[in-house]
Parts: sequence; structure tokens; C-alpha cells
Amino acid sequence: MTNIQSAAATAEAEGPLIPEGLPTEPRKAKPAWRSLNFGPRMWISLGIIGFVAALAFIGPLFYPYGAEEKVGSLYDSPSAEHFLGTENFGYDVLAVLMASARNSIIIGLLAGTIAVLIGVAIGVLAGYVGGWVEELLMGFTNIVLSIPPIVILILISISLQSTGIAFLKGVVGLALVIGIVSWPWTARAVRAQASSVATREHIDVAKLSGARTPSILVRDVLPYLASYAVMAWVLQLASAILLESTLSMLGLGPSGANSLGKQLFWALAFQAVATGAWWAFLPPTIVLTMISFGLLYLQSSLDEVFNPRLRRGKKKNLAKAAARRAEAARKLAENKPVEAIV
Amino acid sequence: MGLRRYLANKTVWYLGALVVAVVLNFLLPRLIPGNPVDVLVSKMGQGGLSSEAQQRTYEAFMREFGLDKPMWDQFLLYMSGVFQGSFGASFSFYPTPVSSLIAQSVPYTLALQLPAIVLGWIIGNVLGAIAAYKGGGWDKSVFTTALLFNSTPYYCLSIILLYVFGVVLGIFPVGGAYSLGLSPEWSWDFFSDALTYWWLPFLSLVLINIGGQAVGMRSMAIYELGSDYVNYSRSLGIGDRKMTGYIFRNAMLPQITGLALSIGTMVGGALITELVFSYPGMGSLLFGAISSNDYPVIQAVTLIITVAVLVANYLVEILYGFIDPRIRASKSGEK
Repeated sequence: MTNIQSAAATAEAEGPLIPEGLPTEPRKAKPAWRSLNFGPRMWISLGIIGFVAALAFIGPLFYPYGAEEKVGSLYDSPSAEHFLGTENFGYDVLAVLMASARNSIIIGLLAGTIAVLIGVAIGVLAGYVGGWVEELLMGFTNIVLSIPPIVILILISISLQSTGIAFLKGVVGLALVIGIVSWPWTARAVRAQASSVATREHIDVAKLSGARTPSILVRDVLPYLASYAVMAWVLQLASAILLESTLSMLGLGPSGANSLGKQLFWALAFQAVATGAWWAFLPPTIVLTMISFGLLYLQSSLDEVFNPRLRRGKKKNLAKAAARRAEAARKLAENKPVEAIV
Repeated sequence: MGLRRYLANKTVWYLGALVVAVVLNFLLPRLIPGNPVDVLVSKMGQGGLSSEAQQRTYEAFMREFGLDKPMWDQFLLYMSGVFQGSFGASFSFYPTPVSSLIAQSVPYTLALQLPAIVLGWIIGNVLGAIAAYKGGGWDKSVFTTALLFNSTPYYCLSIILLYVFGVVLGIFPVGGAYSLGLSPEWSWDFFSDALTYWWLPFLSLVLINIGGQAVGMRSMAIYELGSDYVNYSRSLGIGDRKMTGYIFRNAMLPQITGLALSIGTMVGGALITELVFSYPGMGSLLFGAISSNDYPVIQAVTLIITVAVLVANYLVEILYGFIDPRIRASKSGEK
């Protein structure tokens, strides 16, 4: 077998975990996932995320009250009619919660996708091309990375709030801004991966067979980063939802739309915590925590699927195993000359 | 000298970041069509001010904040103000200089965040290393708890703590930094009183930091546990305690960079924590300024946060240079 053939064979054997599809479409990869061993963590996290998604997207279809419907007065206690009572404007808390969760998820999806697309594009370009392009892009990334994102977000949102363009003030505008601000760490991490992929043999094979750079990037580099990009996307999704609620609590949320952060903002503004109106602030708090926990847990279980080294659920006692190994080694050392141990 | 090059390299990068941050801080609020004064004066107009008075206020504000000058002059004015530590006067508390508003709130923010960051980092790393080393049920429970805290947004934990310990159980006071009737002063009475108000916001910050650091440390330590030097040392029969020391020191290095990266996020989260507890720090100041369109205060707060985060990151990276033997030993700078 010639060198090139063997290289191609290894490249194929090493094959990507997720064979095709953009990093933003994890669902396409299902057939490949089926062969992998899902731990209980994965199911727990998928369950939590599924529950929140159902609340946000399916719930409103069955719930009789709308988020824009005034059904009571300031902080009515939960009753049989309104499971979670009413909030400060007299809207049904559960109805507002559903609308809020939906908007927060939409913001997260949009912003997370934008951030990952920018991050992967810059990271791959820098890592693969190298040279001055890499220096320039990574210098820029490092500078942006060291400025706290919340500061840039606050400054941009303030500017957007005072523009007359409704589109930029709402959900989509906020998502755009969050996405544009939060790509840097993805770019940095992707660059590290891409520059290691760039030195692999199958890239040389592709180059020798006359592939152009864009085609190499898309067909030979990106698939290797897909698993990483999916994990980064999950993290970006969580971080975008949290950034949105941070901004909303500062009073810079999407105007004219509900979001989990805005719900908390109003609850705090109307002293829900101090007056003990738990139904007004606990539901958005819990949903936000569920989203964040579910996504981070999903990311860590994906990490274990992709990096077998981290997997340790099955091996119950690593310390015990290590002690056993140490004991065996000691016995070996006592009985035989040291050279015998390989 | 590797170390010297490393230090010079980092210094240059951070100076670059500082320049970008300062320029952004100047430019972003000025991207608005019109200017902050328009917004402010139009709001006053809704309050029933006559148009003549409105015009006069408008001009006075424009002159006061130098907004009638060309952009370049404004920038020079802004820069010279920044270097003198003066940020002009606040819009909403008009004659009060921004710097004195900030001087009032900085101590509270520092008192909350510094101990939370430092203690959270130390405790979290120790817990994470133990979890990784012991494995099994201990690992599972520590990891899951840490992950739960790590993924709880700062303000969510704050709200829950405030509700449970402040409102329901009544152990801690609800909101504020000291009792009514007291005023900030260097006295024992004030400190012991302020301490009861400090616990809850501090706890909500430190618990989350512990969680985050423990999660990071655990995975670093697991990675180290599988490495060759660990297996080799084990086969030589080196004791557990010594091994943990080795693993800890090696897994620590990425955690130090992790600290630098996370300070920015922490500060953002801590701002909202102050809001929840109506703790009179920078977060509450910023919130008040945003709701009253107090641009000089907003700009000053964002600038100070940025500079503080940059300086903290810089110090951590410098420290890293001294700690990591590879940088001291290498002939050329890292990266």
C-alpha cells in the first residue's frame, strides 16, 4: 500500500463522529448517534430541555389564557383557574411564562447560531490558513475576548433602544447583537482544533489531488470540528439565553416582547420577592435554571460521548483500580528485577 | 529570556485591548442617531417643561458635555477626562460629579466580588481535584452539585436565596447594605450591621464560583490522572498524597487561565446580584443610570468595569508567566 492510500485509509477509519451536515443541525446526525452509548446524563438533560421546549411551543396551544390578556389584578394568588396566579399587570403568570420561554429560546437559538457560525468561520480560517491571517484574526479575537461581553452588550443595547427602528429593538435585534458579541471564545477554541487538523495527512492528500482551499475547508476540515462545534453551539445557546436575561434585568430587554429576564425585571420592580409573591418570580427563575442546567448537562454528556477519556460512569472506582495497579506493580517490583516491567 | 518576552507580549496585547475598549466605550453610545441629550431633554419635555426652557436646558447640556464640538475634540476631551479620573457630572443628580457616585459604590462591589472570586476559586479547585481523584459516588455527587451551581444563573440563585433565607425564614435582612438610620462610617457597629446584609449576596456569588471552578478542575484532573507520568509514578509506588500534589499542580495551570477568562462573566453576573439585593454597588448604580438615561454614569461604569477586568486578567496572566515553568524555561515566548 502506498503512503497516500494508507493515509486515506486512516483518515477514513478515523472518520468524523458526525459525518455530514452543518454544526448547527445536530438532529441530522441521529443515525450515527444511535450506535453510541448514551449515559443517563444525556437522557436527563434531553428530558429537561424537552420539557421547557414543550412548555414554550406546545403549551400555548392548550392553555386557555393568552399572554396579552388581563385576567386579574396585582399579584393574585394561584387559584384553580390560574395555576400560577397573576403578575404585576394582572396577566396570567403561566401564559406569560410560556411566551417568555418561547422568546428566550428563539433569542438563544438565533444568537447561538450566529455566534457559532462567526466563531467557526474565523477559527477555521485562522487555524487552517495560518501565517499573518492567523496572527491578525487571533489578535483581534483575543482583544475582543478580554473585554467583558456584558459591557459591549450594554453599550450597544442602549444605542439600539433609542433608535426608531422597531426591528432592532425587539427579539431579533437583541439576538443579533448577542450573537455578534459572543463569538470570540468559540473562534479561539476552533482555531486550536483547526490548526491541528490542518497538519493531518488527509489534508495533504486533498491538496495533492488538487482540491481548492474552500473545498478542503468545508469537506476535509469542518467535519473534524463538527463534534466540537455542536458542543460549542449548545454552550452558546445557554450563554445567549442568560445574556438576554441579564440585559433584560438591567432594563435593556426586547421592547414590546416578553422574555424570562423581563419577567424577572418586572417582578423585582414590583417587589414580588419582598412581598412574598413567589408565583411571580419563581417560575421564570426555575425555567431559566432548567434551561441553563439542561444545556450545560447536555454539553458535558456530549463531551463524554465525543471524548471517551472523560467517560468514567462505568468504571466505578478509579481510585480502587489505580490502587490495584499500584499493588500489582509493587509486587512485580519485589519479585523481579525492574527491567522486567514494561 | 522566555519570561521577559512573555511579559512583553502580554503587556502589548493588553495595552491594545485597553485602547480598543476605551475607544469602543467612547464610540458606541455616540452611534445613536441624535445624541443622549436629545433623549434626555425630550423626556423632560414630557414632564411639562416649556419649549423655551427646554431649549435652554438642551444648550446647557450640550455645552456641559461638550456634545456641540466635533467628534475628534469630544474624544480628546473624553480622554483627558479619563486620565484625570473625572467623568463629568451626572445627568440625573446634576451637579454631583460621576466620580463621587462611583467612589460611593465601588467599595460595596469590591467587598462582594473579591472574596467571592478568590475563595470560590480556591475551594472550587480543591473540591474538583478531590472529586476527580476519589471517583465513584463521591465524584458523581460533587460533580452534579457543582454543575447545578455552575449552571444556575447568578441572579436566579440570588433570588432563591433571598426568598428562602430573607423572606420565608427571615434569617437575613431583605435587601440593602446596612440598616436604616446608620450611615457608612469606620465603626464596629456599622461593620457588624453591614456584615448581616453582606452574607446573602456573597453566598450567591461564591457558591456559583465554587461550582464553576470545581467542574473545570475535575475535568482537568481527570485528564492528568490518565497521563503517563501518573501511571509511571504509581508504578514506582509513590504515595497518594504526593501524587495528588503533582496532579493538582499540573491541572492548576489551565485553571489559572480559566480564572482570567471567567472574571469578565463573573462581573456581569455580579452586577445583577446587586440589583436583586438592592446592594448599593456598581450594578445598582448602572441600573439606575440606565433607567434614567444617565449617559455619563453609564459610560463611566462600563469603562471602569472594562478596565478592572482587563487589569485583573493581565495580572493573572503575568502570575501565570511566573508560575508555569515552561515559560521560564522556553527560549521563545508562548504562542
